[in-house]
Amino acid sequence: MMTREYDFAVIGGGVIGGLIARELSRFEVTTVILERSMDVSMGASKANSGIVHAGFDAERGTLKARMNVRGSELMETVASELGVGYRRNGSVVTAFSDKEREHLLRLAERGARNGVKDISVIDGDRLREFEPNLSPEIKYALYAPTGAIISPYGLCIAAVGNAMDNGCDLMRGFEVTAVERSGEWFTVTSSTGEAIRCRAVINAAGINSDIVASMASPARFRILPRKGEYLLCDKELGGMVGCTVFGCPTEKGKGVLVTPTVDGNLLLGPTAEDVQDRDDVATCADGLSYVERSALRQLPRLPRGKVITSFAGLRAKADGGDFIIEWSERGFLNVAGIDSPGLSSAPAIAETVVDMIGNSGFRLDRKRNFDPFRKPLDWFSRLSDEEKSEVIRERPEYGHIVCRCEKISEGEIRDAIRRDPRPHDTDGIKRRTRSGMGRCQGGFCLPRVAEILSEETGIPFLEITKASGGSYINKSRTKGD
Amino acid sequence: MRRFECRLVIVGGGPAGMSAAVAAYEAGERDILILEREHTLGGILTQCIHNGFGLHRFGEELTGPEYAYRYEKSVKELGIKYYTDCTVTGISSDRTVSAVSAEEGMFKIQAGAVIVATGCRERPRGALNIPGTRPSGVYTAGTAQKFVNIKGYMPGKEIVILGSGDIGLIMARRMTLEGATVRAVLEIMPYSSGLARNIEQCLNDYGIPLYLSHTVSEIHGKERIEGVSVVRVDENRRPVPGGEMYIPCDTLLLSCGLIPENELASGGLAMCDVTTGGCIVDQDRESSAEGIFFCGNVLHVHDLVDYVSEEAAIAGRAAAAFARGDKRGDVNISVHFDKNIRYCVPQKITSLKDTDIYFRVKDVHRGATVCVNVGGRVVSEQKKIRLAPGEMETVHITERMLAENTGDITVSVIPSGV
Repeated sequence: MMTREYDFAVIGGGVIGGLIARELSRFEVTTVILERSMDVSMGASKANSGIVHAGFDAERGTLKARMNVRGSELMETVASELGVGYRRNGSVVTAFSDKEREHLLRLAERGARNGVKDISVIDGDRLREFEPNLSPEIKYALYAPTGAIISPYGLCIAAVGNAMDNGCDLMRGFEVTAVERSGEWFTVTSSTGEAIRCRAVINAAGINSDIVASMASPARFRILPRKGEYLLCDKELGGMVGCTVFGCPTEKGKGVLVTPTVDGNLLLGPTAEDVQDRDDVATCADGLSYVERSALRQLPRLPRGKVITSFAGLRAKADGGDFIIEWSERGFLNVAGIDSPGLSSAPAIAETVVDMIGNSGFRLDRKRNFDPFRKPLDWFSRLSDEEKSEVIRERPEYGHIVCRCEKISEGEIRDAIRRDPRPHDTDGIKRRTRSGMGRCQGGFCLPRVAEILSEETGIPFLEITKASGGSYINKSRTKGD
Repeated sequence: MRRFECRLVIVGGGPAGMSAAVAAYEAGERDILILEREHTLGGILTQCIHNGFGLHRFGEELTGPEYAYRYEKSVKELGIKYYTDCTVTGISSDRTVSAVSAEEGMFKIQAGAVIVATGCRERPRGALNIPGTRPSGVYTAGTAQKFVNIKGYMPGKEIVILGSGDIGLIMARRMTLEGATVRAVLEIMPYSSGLARNIEQCLNDYGIPLYLSHTVSEIHGKERIEGVSVVRVDENRRPVPGGEMYIPCDTLLLSCGLIPENELASGGLAMCDVTTGGCIVDQDRESSAEGIFFCGNVLHVHDLVDYVSEEAAIAGRAAAAFARGDKRGDVNISVHFDKNIRYCVPQKITSLKDTDIYFRVKDVHRGATVCVNVGGRVVSEQKKIRLAPGEMETVHITERMLAENTGDITVSVIPSGV
């Protein structure tokens, strides 16, 4: 079998790898994304806060500060081109004491130095004029109107999809086990023995980026996984806050935040726990109750019993603290240690990576027919009633609601299954369409969604999985069948 | 986009919606339209293939599909119109119903009266906040019931069931009959919320152990569930040492309570009762939104479908009267209850007529008196051998009780020996 050859291999189909691949697809080069899972956005990109930070947290002079501010500037355009839900809702950091106020002043100063616009410290009463549900005990707040929210997995899926629309390849289930150089070429091999050849490797392997880095040359950094647990609340509570609300940061991170999501839910979290196991995304009782307690401090009227799901993600924190965006040797670029504000920085990181590639002797000629636009995944729900009726007349399956909680039609599910990057499991459909993401968590729609997936892909119904691998949904037929 | 008028629109073609439609027809209404989101009428009964339905309503034991078919047959024979595969997306206070279907596209109906009969849903894992991994194989009992009874597939073979609600008990038996091993049914409370007959017929008859005051503390397994950690809990549902178990399993079924699917109202259409999760209604099941009625499990979760039909018939007759423009009652009596009662339905009386008040107690009582007073005067006392949260109770209020006394109604439960 001929080993496929590319100019660039991007290892890791997360939001960083996806946006880098999309930037590369602007040029007359060939690119492949190598993703170890059966879907993209399966690491930190699917389980984080979904915040586009204003940029006041990172110390001036760090890559984090520079990438965050620039990324935040670029994000609105990127989101609009890719049709991803994005809203500039503003951020606040609350202070419950005068001591914490000093911290706010330091953040404000740092923000101003980093170039964050319109940042100010306000008093608690002023804050509660626009956030009436926040605690009366909050004395001061830092207000940054440029903070925003976005769907992190929506961004990742759309970035990969747009890159693919512009010629990029995606290989799934490709867990890189070896990267070998011979002359001007690298051979990248997977755990199943598959291999590709490429002229340059971009290591965006997230939580495993240190392991991948060490395949080429001794790694100069180590990834220290840090777990964050979240609670997602019913859309009924989506309006409890307008802004993203942070507590005063601690050394472990930005603390537990309370934020609306672009889809209208209320998200609480994360915790910050250093862990050893790089696959450990289990939640624990202590973590979840800590999130709830911390959220209640900000939002004392938060009703109980409105949580619809909980989850955990792993941040890929590097031992040095800052992002790592550097050549480890000619042709091998590490893009690693992208923990918070990684999502906010992603468009800027992609821009920087492509600049670095261009500056290191690779020829990058602009593609004449590059199309930066992607039809939004939720294009149908953005239509007016009249427009929807038009679509339904042509394609009746758009009039048949499958997910009653989120009001997602059969047409939207079929559409998502047919678009790159195609989902292979029901979780993949959930992340693309929100079917199963509402308050019943797929209780009603899962059997039908599994059927549609089987019909569209030809995968037998019994082999349909929740999240690929051994995550089967049904074990056998019943006795009578 | 099509718009049309209809005197009575019924949202939901399950046992409540169909019973309401038949009752409205019998009360003289002919312009009725049922909107059902599934492909067939019948609602959740279509997947409840076990028997035990209809003893009160028809005096015989029917399966779920048989019970539903009795009503479906009436609906068809009476020529009551219905759309299936049709989802209602909103109801406004002027009784405009917005809906979508493949045939009609998006459409709006200006209704004379509206009955909401959308049923309930099960509490999913996320709402229970069970920590651990997120593998496949964790389903609500109803989802598993659909896989087994409708689709013909077995979710797994080694089962643990959390919650001893009726669907959980029924599924314990169903999975056993299909060759699976049900290792345990766990109930966080010191009593089961299921019907006593289901404990006997679904667990005891098959030797399936029921662990009261136990719950799942952690879910294990990366891709597919591999087991659950179980703890014993005290009366405040907090874990106590000494009861830890690890039970290997490939499936965890959840039967931990039902929640009214009240989204059409909770957006601000009508006032809601935080305890029932449904709307606040009067004796006719009319909500605070004029001419919009609620009945069945969307109003409060019933134990038996027979009671759902009964309640829906009340709403059906009243909605027909409203659409006709009948004269309405003009009293305003609130229904109060004491600390032993969790909720009462209806929550208010606006018209002097005979009315049943449904209620549920908070705890199990062995021997108690149910006492009703109107305007401070005791109008009825009823001795009960046993009261339990899992069994809905009724008190009957007569027109005379209300006419002879002025003031609010209070229902209380006085445990014997107090």
